[in-house]
Amino acid sequence: MSGLVLEAASVRLGPRTVLNGVSCALAAGELLGIIGPNGAGKSTLLRVLAGLLRPHAGSVRLDGRELQAWPPAERARRIGYLPQSAPVHWPLDVRTVVELGRLPWQHGWFSVDEAAPAAIAAALRDAEVEDLQGRLVDELSGGERTRVMIARLLAADPTILLADEPVAALDAYHQLHAMEMLAERAARGTAVAVVLHDLSLAARFCDRVLVLDHGAVVACGKAREVLQPPILEPVYGVRMRVIDEEGVTAIIPWQRR
Amino acid sequence: MRLQVERLLLPALLLALVLGGVLALDTGSAGALLGQAFGDWATGRESTAQLILWEIRVPRALAALAVGATLGIAGAALQGMLRNPLAEPGLVGASSCAALGAVLVLYFGLAPLHSLLLPAAGVAGAVAALALLRALVGDHARVATLILAGVALNAFAAAAIALALNLAPSPYAMHEIVYWLMGSVANRSYAELVFCLPFMLLSVLLLASARGYLEALSLGEDTAHTLGFGARSLPWRVMGGVAIGVGAAVAISGTISFVGLVVPHLLRPLVGYRPGRLLLPSALGGALLVLLADVLVQRVPGAGELKLGVVTSLLGAPVFLAIVLGARSRIT
Repeated sequence: MSGLVLEAASVRLGPRTVLNGVSCALAAGELLGIIGPNGAGKSTLLRVLAGLLRPHAGSVRLDGRELQAWPPAERARRIGYLPQSAPVHWPLDVRTVVELGRLPWQHGWFSVDEAAPAAIAAALRDAEVEDLQGRLVDELSGGERTRVMIARLLAADPTILLADEPVAALDAYHQLHAMEMLAERAARGTAVAVVLHDLSLAARFCDRVLVLDHGAVVACGKAREVLQPPILEPVYGVRMRVIDEEGVTAIIPWQRR
Repeated sequence: MRLQVERLLLPALLLALVLGGVLALDTGSAGALLGQAFGDWATGRESTAQLILWEIRVPRALAALAVGATLGIAGAALQGMLRNPLAEPGLVGASSCAALGAVLVLYFGLAPLHSLLLPAAGVAGAVAALALLRALVGDHARVATLILAGVALNAFAAAAIALALNLAPSPYAMHEIVYWLMGSVANRSYAELVFCLPFMLLSVLLLASARGYLEALSLGEDTAHTLGFGARSLPWRVMGGVAIGVGAAVAISGTISFVGLVVPHLLRPLVGYRPGRLLLPSALGGALLVLLADVLVQRVPGAGELKLGVVTSLLGAPVFLAIVLGARSRIT
């Protein structure tokens, strides 16, 4: 089966079981939202999908082949991962950071990455950061920085994009901007998984939603079917109000139970 | 603007190296004799000037170049891996363990037995340091653990060297140890160079092969991993390159400090802060710095000759201080 498939994966960090028998699949062209309360295991799940953590039970397969069996460079060309707090350790400018996104194509002594200039130009354009090229990443606003990081992901032209809370610290404008970029990428055939806290954004942009709680999958399916109070309320411990108007759903966490 | 600077950097460093090389060959206790030596060479006449040039000055300049280049690239690689501009090759314990190896040879008076015993003990010390480090932190090394183990190793080697000085069998041995520790490239033989050069070359190859890893690390360890640089061997490749290179450098010259710290730091802005692109310029810059420091050592008027390690420290400490002050003004 193509895409990224997780089967009955369990992860222990020290004595704690962080993921417990989680199965899910990420297929080309879909935007999967991963939601759940703090500590539910969302980031761990994404790290497993990215190959950063190896589950102690169960399996992760990329295009039918065990993820850990892929050569690192090839895996890196297929899967792009944006960690929650994406650090930049030197005063690098925007263009350099986006260029670093091409590294998966530049492994080995004599590899020539002929597609780089076009891919970098396209990534800068798609993420709308062309005007920022010469600026230092450390001096950007949160929204600009997120767009640069997404451009870095896009530069490698991956078939799978994993983003851990890319919009958590952004204002409404930049939240929409970032989500639109990811949705547009999914529409073009990329498989995208995003960890989200904002349930309304999940309802609006995600094709499917996976709900995690205490390391286990509570529900996984079409956004419309999963984002319902009977499923969400016990997970979050919060009463939800759902406003459904002309096909647009807003989910408002209303009151602690 | 930055791209232009970057493009000009390597040619400029190479040109400076050529000029520095000419200056170094024309410097020494016998005074300027480069012109005379070449004249004699052109006319096919054997002369003292030629002898001094080929037997004393050329190996000395080559030793300075090799030691400087190795320290420069080792510093750049280590700073890149630790993502810390204040990291120094000495930090991983390799240089002090190399020094300890050499000190033991001097302590037991073995140096006169064979001219290569001293450099061999230096390299062996560095390799032992690396093996010990690996045994201490195991396979799943995180960078912070590596450094702590390196600091511990450093402290141990420094204590052992102090002990050797303390218990020195004769004032002569003590004198020899102290002088050797101060660092110098004077009176080096081709045999010593030929012995150490393969180690330095191996070090440069190891570090250069990790340049993609160093670049990727500037976006953090997780991102580096997902960019295809997650192999557990990669930090060890860098550590091994640093240890072998620094060990070989110490084996030739004794301890030359601050070169591996200051050179990458000064050149970093000129390559847009990219750790991978910093490697080659740092090698050239390190070579240039040690070569010029060695010229300075010989040209400073006064009684006798200063030791190279003393001069690099005298030059390096203020630069280090400037870096610290610069960092403080950025923070406050």
